[in-house]
Amino acid sequence: MLLILEQTLNGLQYGVMLFLIAAGLTLVLGIMNLVNLAHGSLYMLGAFFCAWVSLETGSFLLGLAAALPATAAVATAVELLVVRRLYARDHLDQVLATFGLILFFNEATKILWGARPLRLDPPALLGGTIEILPGAPYPAYRLMVILVGLAVALGLYLLVTRTRLGMLIRAGASNREMVGALGVDIDRLYTVVFALGAALTALAGALAGPIYAVEIGMGESILIPVFVVIVIGGIGSIRGAFVAALLVGLTFVWGRAFLPGLFGRLLDASAASTLGSAVAAMAIYILMAAVLVWRPRGLFPPHG
Amino acid sequence: MASRLLRDHADGLLLGLAFLAWPAVAFGFGLEWSLDLAARILIYALAASALNLLLGYGGLVSFGHAAFFGAGAYTVAILAYHDFLLGPFLLFGLEIPGTSNAWIAFPLAVLVAALLALAIGALCVRTSGLYFIMITLAFAQMIYYLFVSLPDYGGEDGLSLFARSELAPLDLDVDLAFYYLCLALVFLVLLGKAAVVRSRFGWALMGIRDNERRITALGLSPYRYKLAAFVVSGALTGLAGALIANLTEFVSPAFLSWPLSGELLIIVILGGMGRLYGPLLGATAFLLLEFALKETTEHWQLALGPILILVVLFARGGLAGLLRRPGERSGHG
Repeated sequence: MLLILEQTLNGLQYGVMLFLIAAGLTLVLGIMNLVNLAHGSLYMLGAFFCAWVSLETGSFLLGLAAALPATAAVATAVELLVVRRLYARDHLDQVLATFGLILFFNEATKILWGARPLRLDPPALLGGTIEILPGAPYPAYRLMVILVGLAVALGLYLLVTRTRLGMLIRAGASNREMVGALGVDIDRLYTVVFALGAALTALAGALAGPIYAVEIGMGESILIPVFVVIVIGGIGSIRGAFVAALLVGLTFVWGRAFLPGLFGRLLDASAASTLGSAVAAMAIYILMAAVLVWRPRGLFPPHG
Repeated sequence: MASRLLRDHADGLLLGLAFLAWPAVAFGFGLEWSLDLAARILIYALAASALNLLLGYGGLVSFGHAAFFGAGAYTVAILAYHDFLLGPFLLFGLEIPGTSNAWIAFPLAVLVAALLALAIGALCVRTSGLYFIMITLAFAQMIYYLFVSLPDYGGEDGLSLFARSELAPLDLDVDLAFYYLCLALVFLVLLGKAAVVRSRFGWALMGIRDNERRITALGLSPYRYKLAAFVVSGALTGLAGALIANLTEFVSPAFLSWPLSGELLIIVILGGMGRLYGPLLGATAFLLLEFALKETTEHWQLALGPILILVVLFARGGLAGLLRRPGERSGHG
């Protein structure tokens, strides 16, 4: 029972992180119609900025505070130099050009910070555990990640539904020509959305630092589950991304924790652990296939 | 007629002759090591040709062809592994021996890749555009993680082959024989593709690419055509995988990883989408560029990335497009 609780919290923690990354990517996909493979590179940059500043200053909070604007600045430069020229291109060109960006960012990161993973410690205050139920300690840091993720989700919801920028974002997603015709500076809107998405991703990267390794390639390994989230949620839907992120996070963590055991009741030990871990590794893709057979355009398709 | 044929295919013939003659040059000037690189170019060209059938003629952007490449490679490697070390497979109480015989292993690799493509394609070709890209990518990742978590077959470390497959009367351990096998297969696939593109199937496929609704109105089922193209494309990519396993005598999950899918797409784009020799041209350019950069600097990806971006932004139509004389009709096929 305690194990289930712990794994559920782990799943939520992974899920909100996926959401932070997916939110920016799904906006960029939905509004600018841009496949950005390099979104994972921004996640990696966020983690590296945070780890680097933390190491230099000894403060995780300073690292976090530096990572968001620094990554957003890099993203703005990338948008102005490269990405902007890709909006009108087909998805194939976008895939290739942003693949080129990944190669560039991975190598640049290697040159700047070396090939070895960086160490990032959680703030001392959150280093311990909190007893969520009597006899059930849980790492305080992970709990904080869940809370931050939920708070950002709420903030993003309010931003999109209650503010002028949010209104423009929604309008841009449904009909960008019309928004442009009404006198909105589309180019600037796109740059802002791209940078906003980058900042959210950098937040995820910085928060992920103390839990996972801050290393080159971390962006690519998270990018694929994020795509799964976006496809399940429906391309361009933030609400869909939120629901799908939690679903994928829980499926992934529960699968890894419980499937080998479940198979163990049916098969002998070694076959069970092999098959169990294989099926657990495939679980989120099976989930995606199932959702797509049921609803080919995801759970919350934004355009009707 | 003959002169027209010669003119239309001049670039392809030239490229073919260069590959045919390369071993003589290599042995003449002490560049024997280059045969390995040239064979790798041919194998990538084979896989990219298979992808081009789907991408250039079917308009379907598969970002998951590494799955079929890896499936072909692993089929050959696993069969050989059972033959040399692990003993026969146990399947429902039956003992099925492994094999190092290419006459059995290569067709099996193609079959496995084709079946995998049938299963993945049946789901994927229902979707289109962005969804198609991401779903093919996701399924390829699924296969990748499956092999990473199979400790019996090397897991993350991969599997070594003990020798190249036996393809009597050819001896594939002789690099020259292996090189010409690759060249012959590329030639056959290009020949086959030229025939397919001019067939009813090819016209239907290109029609679906250009206007799916009209093809449906003509009473054809786009789903079947797209699925068939997906399966053929996957099967041929599996053949390329079987060859790469023999070239490197080593398979690892890297053959299944998504950067490989990306590289194949780059090769197709670089060579020119929907052009018969495009993939051969693209593979030659891409792998030579990669090789040259690797020789020059440790940080070759720092240069390769921006080069790719520049190609996408400024060289539309790929190299084949650049080579075509200005003013010439840039038709497909």
